[in-house]
Amino acid sequence: MNLELKVNGEQWVLDVAAADVLLDVLREQVGTKSPKVGCERGDCGSCTILMDGRSVRSCLVLAVEAEGHDIVTVEGISYEGMSQLQDLFISNNSFQCGFCAPGIVLSATELLELNPNPSRHDVQEALAGNLCRCTGYEPIIDAVLAAGQGQGETP
Amino acid sequence: MTTTFPFEADAKEDELKAVGTDAVRIDGLDKISGAAEFVDDIDFGPGLLHAAIVESPHAFARIVSIDTTEAARAKGVVRVVTGKDFPYKFGMYMEDRYIFAQDHVRFVGEQVAGVIARSHREAVQAAKLVEVEYEVLNPILDPKQAFEEDADLIHPELADYTHVPWFFPKADTNIAHWRKIRKGDTEKAFAEADYVLEDTYFVPRYAHCAIEPHVTVSKLDQADRLTVWTASQSPHTQRHLFAQALEPLGFTHKDVRVITPYIGGGFGGKAGVSMEILGAAMATLVKGRPLKLRWTREQEFYNTYQRQGVTAELKVGVMDDGTITAVEHKLYWDAGAYVEYGANVVNAAGLSATGPYRVPNISNDSLCMYTNLPPGGPYRGFGYSEFHFGLESHMDRIAEAIGMDPVEFRRKNAIVEGDELSYGGHMNPSGMIEAIDKVADAIEWGVEEQSDNPNTVMGKGIALFWKAPAMPPNASSASFLKFNEDGSINITVSGMELGQGYLTVMAQIASEILTVPVEKIRVETPDTDRNPYEWQTVASHVTWSSGLAVEKAAVEARAKIFDVIHQVYGYEDDSLYLENEKVKCKTDPVFEKPLSDFVIDGIQTDEGTWRGGPIIASGKFMPEFTNALSDPETGQGGHPNVHYTVGATGVVVEIDKDTGRIWVRKAALAVDAGKAINPDLVKGQIVGGLVQGLATVLYEDMRFDEAGKMMNPNFTDYKIPTAFDIPDEVVPIIVEVPQPDGPFGARGVGEHTMIAAAPVIANAVYDALGVRIKSMPVTQEKVAMAYLEKSTS
Repeated sequence: MNLELKVNGEQWVLDVAAADVLLDVLREQVGTKSPKVGCERGDCGSCTILMDGRSVRSCLVLAVEAEGHDIVTVEGISYEGMSQLQDLFISNNSFQCGFCAPGIVLSATELLELNPNPSRHDVQEALAGNLCRCTGYEPIIDAVLAAGQGQGETP
Repeated sequence: MTTTFPFEADAKEDELKAVGTDAVRIDGLDKISGAAEFVDDIDFGPGLLHAAIVESPHAFARIVSIDTTEAARAKGVVRVVTGKDFPYKFGMYMEDRYIFAQDHVRFVGEQVAGVIARSHREAVQAAKLVEVEYEVLNPILDPKQAFEEDADLIHPELADYTHVPWFFPKADTNIAHWRKIRKGDTEKAFAEADYVLEDTYFVPRYAHCAIEPHVTVSKLDQADRLTVWTASQSPHTQRHLFAQALEPLGFTHKDVRVITPYIGGGFGGKAGVSMEILGAAMATLVKGRPLKLRWTREQEFYNTYQRQGVTAELKVGVMDDGTITAVEHKLYWDAGAYVEYGANVVNAAGLSATGPYRVPNISNDSLCMYTNLPPGGPYRGFGYSEFHFGLESHMDRIAEAIGMDPVEFRRKNAIVEGDELSYGGHMNPSGMIEAIDKVADAIEWGVEEQSDNPNTVMGKGIALFWKAPAMPPNASSASFLKFNEDGSINITVSGMELGQGYLTVMAQIASEILTVPVEKIRVETPDTDRNPYEWQTVASHVTWSSGLAVEKAAVEARAKIFDVIHQVYGYEDDSLYLENEKVKCKTDPVFEKPLSDFVIDGIQTDEGTWRGGPIIASGKFMPEFTNALSDPETGQGGHPNVHYTVGATGVVVEIDKDTGRIWVRKAALAVDAGKAINPDLVKGQIVGGLVQGLATVLYEDMRFDEAGKMMNPNFTDYKIPTAFDIPDEVVPIIVEVPQPDGPFGARGVGEHTMIAAAPVIANAVYDALGVRIKSMPVTQEKVAMAYLEKSTS
């Protein structure tokens, strides 16, 4: 069946099966490889994307459910250079192997959108669905907190 | 202290420009922009085929028959393979595995057959149609049961297996390797000791849980070249093992190419060869077609290497003044169904099972027991994390029994430079005492903390660690270095960027010698056709070993640069030096020549001819002082380990008396890096490794049912830490007592940071509640029950 999808600002018309998962369609048909296959059951968060600005696990979404929605991946926020948050991830060594990084960058981007000045607990909560086995999370939390500083009052 | 370095006679510690700085990682933009490409991200076009594996549902069984008829007829299926297609053995240190099971299966999940189809879905569906008839046998799931004299044999042909010369398998038993250390006279020492403590500790199996699952794409092209793209820590070792195993099909090393882009975490789980051999072998039957095999998260748990379980029987004798006089450590390893890699974990642990202490009388037995559980293998810490749990718990108990402060007891007995090791060699320079003192300071050891909450109590713990790289005595590293027209540099090495920052550290070493900024140096991930040899990225040895290879290449390049200048301008080589990407001369302050002027095109002479040309260099390093051969009955006579890295860990915990819940309020970890080439990356290893270690003691635990089937092969039931499950505060401490033969004095730190995490929690729990948990993990349930028992008895 036909599926109309907006990915990183570009309109796609794709031929998908009813059982196709959004993650696989993004990776194999759109060629957007930053959402990763980590567990295929919503546990690890490495397939995180933004759908209409909200983080979702693309391994738990059927492609047909994404019809008409606006999908953003890390590629989409990187065309015009790195965001302040991304720069802080790089300068803070907030990644090691980099496999979970696209998902974590998106979850943190969503958090800062909703809450420009988050507390440590807010950051931990926002990232609790993204597993990272390398960093011990500390440098990630630090980068997100640094990105949040001075952007506004805690709501 | 000012240190000079072997290859860099001019360099002084306090003059370093690139080494010792927090240089920005050269892979940062790749990984944060989404550009970083992992194996599963590479496009192979419409010809890509997919494989699925038929697995044994039994832990131990004889294969009676395999019927592939239905599967072969299923939609989309290209080929079905079984053990008959590949009757070949393989293995890293001992060839005890077949690519696909032959007549027996020895663990739940073992590969029995494979299906190749046009889509992943079709391969998975068809795999369900393969019918296998088994004669089920009684599995052995416990290493002590495997050790019993009348135990069934898991590998009756053990005596015929090829293995490295430092393994000692016992024919007609389940003992695949028995590492013995005998030194001094333990019997006499225990008889004369003022206090002897003997007890047993239990450590279960653990999973690496790299977030990227194992994945491999293999292609045999029409010209008979086999290329394997793989998520691996070991490209050259994989090439070697593929070429060896598939040699009957006519492959030589030159015909096999392994390409390893970025990998999504390793932790030892992607070392050696595990599932990759299936893809490589199956691809040989579908010539011209790339074939992808990607493990599911479940397979990631039950059919890759697991960290081995161990039952540790420990006896330690001390004198009243706190001097340790004897250690007897018996380690019964649950090494699993195949030990081709895991037996070396057993070996490494046996060599060092005294822990970081000066012990005159030693009796270590490290027993590699076959069991019918998944194959054991390397996991960050390589046996040391496992035996340190009992050892460092034991040290606290002894200190208490003789009325000595646990920190003081450890300071008194800690091994220092020159002390004799268990196998007869001598301890390298190390900053253990400094590490102990700094950790004790950081957690305010000796200062009792009170909780404001009446339901919780505070406790403190300390534990030491040590570890040597475990590798063949001649494991080596190599590097190529070339200049580009603008004076930038490309370096090729075959160590893997696992996330630790290896590529950046290699660039910093070259930058220090050649004065080219780190951001002008590209270091690529390996392709075995193009990059020079590296044994593997394991054992925390690449900063040291590959770093030395890069240092030598940079020094060679510098010599070639000076030679060109000498040819054209006549300055003596030893009057020349590099500064800010220019050649300068001590005897002619006016002279300077930018590297970008000549490192490709050379320099024109007064006659109009040219000298020089592209500056290229190579370097290699192999430790030439090691020797793995020793007396099998005593372990004496060899020099198996290159050096040890040491350190200390301390924690402050708060524990709920009713529920047993443990919060790590503060953790401090000091590790002697020799020289931190990039301090922030060392801190990354400290924080990340510590959290991974804390997870093994607080949260994680592999569970198997009575038939040997893993019951929790997913992240819902096998809980790894989330952003919430970390200490409130981590204090990373870098100690720097230089390693004399290391690049700028550096030695490895990657594995060490998780080694003492388990006992430090057990010790803090005891300090808080007075209960001693002797089996991992130290769950809140165990703590609560033990405290309830203590307070009601």
